[in-house]
Amino acid sequence: MSGWLRARRIESVVEAVGDTPLLQLRSVTKNAPDVPVYAKLEFENPGGSVKDRAALRMILDAQKDGRLTKGKRLIDSTSGNTGVAYSLFGAALGIRVTLVMPSNVSQARKDIARAFGTEIIFSDPLEGSDGAMRLAKKIVEEDPDRWFYPDQYANPSNPLAHYYGTGPEILRDVGDRITHFVAGLGTSGTMMGTARRLKEHHRPIRCVAVEPDSPFHGLEGLKHMASSIVPPIYDPKLHDEVFPVSTEDGWDMADRLAREEGLHVGHSSGANVFAAVKIAERLQAEGKPGCVVVIVADRGDRYFSPLRWEKKYVW
Amino acid sequence: MDTIVRIPAALRTLTGGADEVKASGKTVGEVIEDLERRHPGLKDRLLDEKGVRRFINIYVGEEDVRFTGGLATELKAGDQISIIPAIAGG
Repeated sequence: MSGWLRARRIESVVEAVGDTPLLQLRSVTKNAPDVPVYAKLEFENPGGSVKDRAALRMILDAQKDGRLTKGKRLIDSTSGNTGVAYSLFGAALGIRVTLVMPSNVSQARKDIARAFGTEIIFSDPLEGSDGAMRLAKKIVEEDPDRWFYPDQYANPSNPLAHYYGTGPEILRDVGDRITHFVAGLGTSGTMMGTARRLKEHHRPIRCVAVEPDSPFHGLEGLKHMASSIVPPIYDPKLHDEVFPVSTEDGWDMADRLAREEGLHVGHSSGANVFAAVKIAERLQAEGKPGCVVVIVADRGDRYFSPLRWEKKYVW
Repeated sequence: MDTIVRIPAALRTLTGGADEVKASGKTVGEVIEDLERRHPGLKDRLLDEKGVRRFINIYVGEEDVRFTGGLATELKAGDQISIIPAIAGG
């Protein structure tokens, strides 16, 4: 139980990032009783999502090498969780923050970011996250000296946070047992950094990237690579398999996790766990041993508005 | 009556890249049927057997049709329809 108890005295909120618990799922995995599936609970980070890791490292690395100096404003495009993380650390470290996001991002995310004093610029909802990225770039180009633009899609500190954090934590907590690692692709930072570390392990670990099965989907935070601007940090050779998941399967698994496991997670995490459970069931059916670790990126309460959780919700 | 329908980036492969298309109908539902005739495949992306997909919002002007009668929402001359994902990826 020690992973659940953060009985440590810390000096700054930034020290609360990482070292998240690994929870063995009990109910949604009942068709694969011999293949444990562990969920890495990234919502335990202080900003409530896996994005705390990347955001913090991007800020600290930039402060170290002089890209982020006093008086500069941080700006980036984000659909939410990275924005919450920037806002939180910006407030804690005395950095002013501006975020560019499509105006259809959930109200809760906008409100959370604003609670930390962050300025938000909205981009056209019809253009999606790629439109937010283009607008952020344009704003920076107009006055480059005013801004520190981490560009989470292209910043090597993003995957490095997982190479030095998420990957070693997983190996420490399950060690040699792990056979499969499952994470969704957004910026791809989580998969790139963690996979790079896991591939250095002396035993092979299969890395499975979850992606929406269609360009027009309802799995917020995930990217359909074939129809998106491909992030410069993304290297498809680092994962062994791409696992497409439908919006409905992701949402339904998110509901099951809440009702059966007491884990109220976001839809992208529902999609990740759906893939992890399918992999475990496949191993079980083939009579192969296995141990699957899957990323749970954030909590479900961030999506209450404008999305509806009621499955029978009909217009 | 032709209505202008604004198409999100993720669906423009179905409209030959156009961000606005025309379709006719007296209600939102009729416009979607006409969109399907002009741009096959669109309807399936917008609707499932229960109605409008859970993660999609359809606006007439500034009004979410969820609150104005759903697919039966009637259109006036000059109305503009926007199809907006309830979420933003990335």
